[in-house]
Amino acid sequence: MATGITDLPTGEFVLPGNRACAGCALGIGLRAITKALDGKLVMAVPASCLTVLGGMYPTSSVAVPWVNVVFASTAAAASGLAAGLKATGRDGITVLAMAGDGGTADMGIQALSGAAERNADIIYLCYDNEAYMNTGTQRSGATPQGARTTTTWNGKRENPKDLPRIMEAHGIPYVASTSAVYPTDVYDKVAKARGISGTRYIHMNTPCPSGWTFEPKDTVAIGKLAVDAGLVVLYEVEDGRFRLTGRSASLAKSGKRKMVAEYVATQGRFRGIAEETVASVQAWADERWDGFVSRHEADAR
Amino acid sequence: MSETTTAVITGNEAAATAARLARVQVIGAYPITPQSTVVETLSKWVQSGELAAEFVTVESEHSALAVCIAASTVGARVFTATSANGLAYMNEQVWWAAGARLPIVMGCVNRAMSAPWSVLNDQQDSMSVRDAGWVQLFCRDNQEILDTFLQAYRIAEQLRVPVMVCYDGFLLSHTVMPVRIPPSAEVDAFLPRYEPDVPIDPADPRNLNPVTMAEPRADRDGELRGGYMELRARHQRALLDAIEVIPEVDAGFGERFGRSWGGLTWEYRLGDAETVLIAAGSLGMELTVAVDALRAEGVPVGVLGIRTYRPFPEQAVRGKLAGRKLAVVFDKALSYGYQGPICGDVRAALLSAEGAPPTFGCICGLGGRDVNAERLAGAVRRALQDFGDGVRIREPEWLDLKL
Repeated sequence: MATGITDLPTGEFVLPGNRACAGCALGIGLRAITKALDGKLVMAVPASCLTVLGGMYPTSSVAVPWVNVVFASTAAAASGLAAGLKATGRDGITVLAMAGDGGTADMGIQALSGAAERNADIIYLCYDNEAYMNTGTQRSGATPQGARTTTTWNGKRENPKDLPRIMEAHGIPYVASTSAVYPTDVYDKVAKARGISGTRYIHMNTPCPSGWTFEPKDTVAIGKLAVDAGLVVLYEVEDGRFRLTGRSASLAKSGKRKMVAEYVATQGRFRGIAEETVASVQAWADERWDGFVSRHEADAR
Repeated sequence: MSETTTAVITGNEAAATAARLARVQVIGAYPITPQSTVVETLSKWVQSGELAAEFVTVESEHSALAVCIAASTVGARVFTATSANGLAYMNEQVWWAAGARLPIVMGCVNRAMSAPWSVLNDQQDSMSVRDAGWVQLFCRDNQEILDTFLQAYRIAEQLRVPVMVCYDGFLLSHTVMPVRIPPSAEVDAFLPRYEPDVPIDPADPRNLNPVTMAEPRADRDGELRGGYMELRARHQRALLDAIEVIPEVDAGFGERFGRSWGGLTWEYRLGDAETVLIAAGSLGMELTVAVDALRAEGVPVGVLGIRTYRPFPEQAVRGKLAGRKLAVVFDKALSYGYQGPICGDVRAALLSAEGAPPTFGCICGLGGRDVNAERLAGAVRRALQDFGDGVRIREPEWLDLKL
């Protein structure tokens, strides 16, 4: 049974006031994540927007143990936290590695793959704002095709790496895809992951007003539109069993998926995008969506 | 084992034995020649139950040190070891471990840097991270390797700085020697349990190593906390404190186990020596053989061995070289475009010092080139010849170079 927004615990671990940009979806997601872990966690955080959100010495904007780590080594550092906690006889603390899409799809993928192959006892959560936003919107391996960044001025040519499916191929016990603008979906997935041991991977789409170029007030609407267009798909894979969740499950039932063209029209990063690029992204989204719906239906039987 | 035993073991087995005796709790393991048998040996002991540790078989050296950094943050005693390209690959972690002030102990089994590929010994790898804020200790034989690792945990945990224990690849790592292995209980008494300064505790949440500004900033109570430079100054203070702490720990070790290694430096037939030969690691031992040969010819020479390279034992070097005729420094490494690292540091220590001798450099043993006592003695004879000819400043000699 999915948690309703009014059912979320009232305790807060993200303190009022932080250094994230106005309208950043990361704060919405982080609130839900820390609530789902009841604050009983230690975070491994590499260089990223999250570092900025966390605050500058000697103040912090998050009331959970937080260990800053080297960019490329988030999953390895998380493995070390887990090993250290085990070796010193401490239990009841979930190790949460939380990195951006650049730190996950690009620089961090080696350490992440290693940790997953060892089935390290960590939750790895990638908050995907679809580019290197902290350094000024450079393209990452997770940037969508057609998006203009400061290193792809004419729009990125390639589709993003499909990280959840890469992680699924490691055979880890839990993989999920979610969106920060659906905090109850985030909450339920992190809460479920908390009860599982081994490597758990959660991919969280995280709309970014400054990088995607939209008004900060539109974060939630744009995040929801990404889901409605089937570009971001809410699902989970538990011990190999696939299930669409939340809004994506409803869309599969209703068949009322929106078009990619409608989505890209809402953001400055896609301004001037060629029609054939939109068609290419639409075809990519359609094929993925059909595959997910087929798996959903097959595993529901 | 309740009594000291003697085993004929390699340097790598001595390192692994020290890690076991230190009851390390988390090991980050990744293979590289000539280090590999250290973690192979530890893996066997973890699997057999002789060592109760989390053995994390990471996918790279970068991750090996990441695991150690994180586990040390939690409060576990940690161990890893590497060589050459492995050390270079983990370079940013080397800096992070030091800046985070974690008492990590890592073995560096000294090997030449590539390209071109070489797995053989020189000391370029550890020398190239001398500025990262670690204590660096060099060992001359396998007993010193075991003893130095045990001392390293004491030094690291007392000063909250990481310690790199360096020893020569193959020359020590793969060469067997008799090594006295102390009883566990004695080591336990020498090495009290490690407690981290800042606990990882959800009831007392802290943000460790966040963005730190150039200027001091006020905390929530309005009290000013140091900026980046203040943190670095404290780090430097800890490294300078090691000048006192390393000899103290070595002396304390000697009282308990009957062996001391000179603390910062060691010497051989130095008393009346007019010419002082300087080196780190097993090269220093080879120099003692050269000294015996030269002494037999009536040449008054002695060895000043560098055991502690960082912090650099500036005062000790200055004091021990005062009034000598000549110093010859043998480096198995080079700061390309300048000179050998130890030679440069010795010269800096002697600058403007009263009675300081001229200092000649000699680059030797790069990429495993054999350095024997005969060649070393030849280098000393040439240095003395130059000195007799009135030379006081000289380009370093490249020993046994066949260009």
